[in-house]
Amino acid sequence: MSGIVELVYFATAVTFILGLKRMSHPTTARSGIHWAGIAMAVATVATLFHPEIQGRYILMLLAVAIGGGVAYLGARKVEMTDMPQMIAIYNGMGGGAAAAIAAVELIRVAENPMLAETHGAMALWLGVLGALIGCVAFSGSVVAWAKLDGRMQKSFNFKNQQWVNLAIIAVAVLFGIIIATTTPGPFTLIVFFALALAFGAMMALPIGGADMPVIISLFNAFTGLAVAMEGFVLDNAAMIIAGTVVGSAGTLLTQLMAKAMNRKLSSVLFKQFGGAPSGEKTEVEGSMRPTDPSDGGIQMAYADKVIIVPGYGMAVAQAQHKIWEMVELLTERGVDVKFAIHPVAGRMPGHMNVLLAEAGVPYDMIYDLEEINNEFEMADVTLVIGANDVVNPVAKSDPDSPLYGMPILNADQSKNVLVIKRGQGSGFSGVENHLFYLDHTRMVYGDGQKVVGEMIASIKTL
Amino acid sequence: MIEGVAALYILMLAAFVGFEVISRVPVILHTPLMSGSNFIHGIVLVGAMIALGQAETGLEMTIGFIAVLLAAGNAVGGYVVTERMLEMFKSSDKKEQGK
Repeated sequence: MSGIVELVYFATAVTFILGLKRMSHPTTARSGIHWAGIAMAVATVATLFHPEIQGRYILMLLAVAIGGGVAYLGARKVEMTDMPQMIAIYNGMGGGAAAAIAAVELIRVAENPMLAETHGAMALWLGVLGALIGCVAFSGSVVAWAKLDGRMQKSFNFKNQQWVNLAIIAVAVLFGIIIATTTPGPFTLIVFFALALAFGAMMALPIGGADMPVIISLFNAFTGLAVAMEGFVLDNAAMIIAGTVVGSAGTLLTQLMAKAMNRKLSSVLFKQFGGAPSGEKTEVEGSMRPTDPSDGGIQMAYADKVIIVPGYGMAVAQAQHKIWEMVELLTERGVDVKFAIHPVAGRMPGHMNVLLAEAGVPYDMIYDLEEINNEFEMADVTLVIGANDVVNPVAKSDPDSPLYGMPILNADQSKNVLVIKRGQGSGFSGVENHLFYLDHTRMVYGDGQKVVGEMIASIKTL
Repeated sequence: MIEGVAALYILMLAAFVGFEVISRVPVILHTPLMSGSNFIHGIVLVGAMIALGQAETGLEMTIGFIAVLLAAGNAVGGYVVTERMLEMFKSSDKKEQGK
């Protein structure tokens, strides 16, 4: 039996990699997650026949039913705009599970030191390391979830925070070494886990706003690593391979995200951005010129080429369906319409794409920053809806600005710019947007969905 | 038992696979892919079941139970969220965007 179980694990690992590969292309992405899902289901059933399981089947099924059931209901009913925090919380659960596995194994070793011999020294070290990483991923993800879900104040800073964090992790590592080299008592284990959990929370607390997706992605990579480490403890190839693949893929994804924002990973982790006041506001000359939604709609209807730049504001207003309705009208009139998506528009890379896809926008109408940035000068109208920092020209012109150096969409180069905005506030970074003050920019104030609805009405009258 | 050096080889090769798979991904798939990889580390469920299955004392059983509970949440939630996101990827007639 054990041979068959091993074989199933091997097949699972292979299918996961193939599934992930399929998920990395739009046309095959859906089948990718289905493949991975089937592999997971088969591996779970096969585990019931694992030779090291001596019982507790009822408890096991109960836990699967409760955990799986709650997660299923939560994932089913959540709005698409709230996806980032759902990813955070499910990721945290994985990290917590890895840490809990480590806890069970470490307690067993502590009660029966003979087990340490069968596990081997290396597995013990990796198990402790996995426990540390898993705890950090767990508590960090929970904090990230609470923040994104609006259950917690946006950011939390105090003096010498980094030194306190450093002290916590140093003591946690010290306790980890004690656990790996001696036969630890319950006190040592409790302190170790408590410190590791505290560190994860402390890591996520000061991070706010636009940096959130980066830290979630990092915790995702952490969980992958923790799972791989516990895979060594349990001698489980599927966990080792799947965990390591996620660990490295997640690390790369984290770097890609940080790079898209022109931020170093280290400065995301060790400096404050969005939450802190950005010092003195730069004075902007001129004023913002408001206009009516109907005028804006007519302007687009008579244009040859329109580029739409969506941002988080579109997600909040749930305006994507209305926008697609308007785009269909414009396309019927012969207007060339394209969507331009900044890598960090919204709360996560690809967040906007998911929302537009939900509304029915085909993905081949949607363009990346590099693909479309040269086309703005040919556009008659650029419609900015709910985006701010990603179209702020100070990122190119003002070296003192916190946004300086971030690649932006060149909306300012198009012949006319329409900006749909709820109020006159500034973006995430708190930096004034010079785009709004340009001569060829018109501001349309109001709720995104309502404004676009009025634009549609005016286009229909033509 | 997977011996020391062999374990390192497995780690290294798996890490390269992860890099390779992600490095050619278009930006539009970043979020679904993060969610998909989030689902894949839900395989921790298998380990959690083994840990619970080996548990002897009440404490071990409690922690093992929590492990299975959390892991099942990771796997099921990760799957449903990813599936819901990818469900929305439709293509219009002109396939393949110009890269």
